Amino acid sequence: MKRIKTLDTRDLRASVKTGGCGECQTSCQSASKTSCSVANQKCEQCRDK
Amino acid sequence: MIHQYKNNGYNIIIDANSGCIHSVDDVAYDIIKLVDEGIGDAQLIFNEIKDKYNDITIDDVTETLEDIELLKKEGKLFSDDIFRDLAPYMKDKQSVLKAICLHVAHDCNMNCGYCFAGKGEFNGPKGLMSFETAKKAIDFLVEHSPGRRNLEVDFFGGEPLLNWEVCKKTVEYARLIEKEKNKNFRFTLTTNGLLIDDDVIEFSNKEMGNVVLSLDGRPEINDNMRKTKNGKGTYDLIIDKFKKFADSRNQKDYYMRGTYTKYNRDFAKDIIHMADLDFKELSMEPVVCSTDMPYALTEEDIPVLKENYDILAREMIKRYKDGNGFNFYHYTIDFTGGPCISKRISGCGVGTEYLAITPEGDIYPCHQFVGDDKYKMGNLDDGITKGEIVSEFKGCNVYSRKECDDCFAKLYCSGGCSANAYHMNGDVKTVCEFSCELHKKRIECAVMMNIALNE
Repeated sequence: MKRIKTLDTRDLRASVKTGGCGECQTSCQSASKTSCSVANQKCEQCRDK
Repeated sequence: MIHQYKNNGYNIIIDANSGCIHSVDDVAYDIIKLVDEGIGDAQLIFNEIKDKYNDITIDDVTETLEDIELLKKEGKLFSDDIFRDLAPYMKDKQSVLKAICLHVAHDCNMNCGYCFAGKGEFNGPKGLMSFETAKKAIDFLVEHSPGRRNLEVDFFGGEPLLNWEVCKKTVEYARLIEKEKNKNFRFTLTTNGLLIDDDVIEFSNKEMGNVVLSLDGRPEINDNMRKTKNGKGTYDLIIDKFKKFADSRNQKDYYMRGTYTKYNRDFAKDIIHMADLDFKELSMEPVVCSTDMPYALTEEDIPVLKENYDILAREMIKRYKDGNGFNFYHYTIDFTGGPCISKRISGCGVGTEYLAITPEGDIYPCHQFVGDDKYKMGNLDDGITKGEIVSEFKGCNVYSRKECDDCFAKLYCSGGCSANAYHMNGDVKTVCEFSCELHKKRIECAVMMNIALNE
């Protein structure tokens, strides 16, 4: 596209079926403790690939 | 719903419901804005913008509208929310216990001015967790985590190194049983650093997947709040220990984590100070406290705080391009390998996936509720005795907060921190608008950085 560049992002619709395993890190175990930083976590399944 | 903004010379569109991100030129930015306002006719759009752009033609507008239409069909722009009805099902799947915040010490060897933990004691008695209690906590976690292999334990306080031998024995016990129980324990340690020594470093590097080291940045800023029991600043007592610790971990799997207050609204300088000391993994959070405290951040501080997030983002881009980059936790978003929709809707897991356990073995939804009798859920001997608290948190997801319905950030913050909301409004199913403003700004900066560093 000439004027619009779409970034590569995870397909959240597809993740309805592939996600939800619950093996990822809880956000307050990382560095927040006072805010909800869910999007800053990695997907455990993506990490394994 | 879309969110469009300009930052650091970039025109950015976030499609809230799909999570898709677009970087566009000025013409497309204006056209998308008009389409969002309900104007879809090429001639009308051309008439609106032709005076602003000298060389634009009706064909340019038509072509851009065709691209927008294609993105719509692909579900990448102006997409519908298809997740709302699935939210309760997703939250239910995400409600199995998998992480505990183990308060091994309700005591502290520092006396920090802003401590939300009431000088380490969480409004309760001083105390160290016994190994027997810690062992029960590990058993509780194992027993209540069916179907989960990865389990997390954070050694927290107060100051956990005041009870270091129990931390070590707890790790050893968990390692002893993990294979038989088909679990994989991941440990973290959050420390103020005063008691770091070679034993702490060696053991942590072997066993702790992450360590969080508390420092507020510049010496005078750190020492203004983070003091010893005798009222002296702690910077000089901890900085070399932190350097040694971080270097021994090859500058990975740790965070230097600071707190900023009204006294350092120019907190970007504090993060950059830590980067100048060659720390590579940095985090900084706004202070959590009652609004009547003199160091509390208030609504009037928001513009300067946002400006500091911009300053930080620009400096980080510059340093990355110069080959001297560092990471800031809130700007570290993996756009391709980040969380699934189930996690994004469900949130942090407070009170369901994640629990805090006190030295006495009492159970709370998270570390920020510890000491609040209303949220004492049970104890390790009797288990969860107040199921209604679990139910309350099971009912929390991004769609249970009406304030989030029209927010572009909802799939990044999952509705925000329930504890912040509770402390601000007395209700976990609300939002803390002050926190929201800063969180949205951090997401905007993170997205902009991603574009800038990948162009």
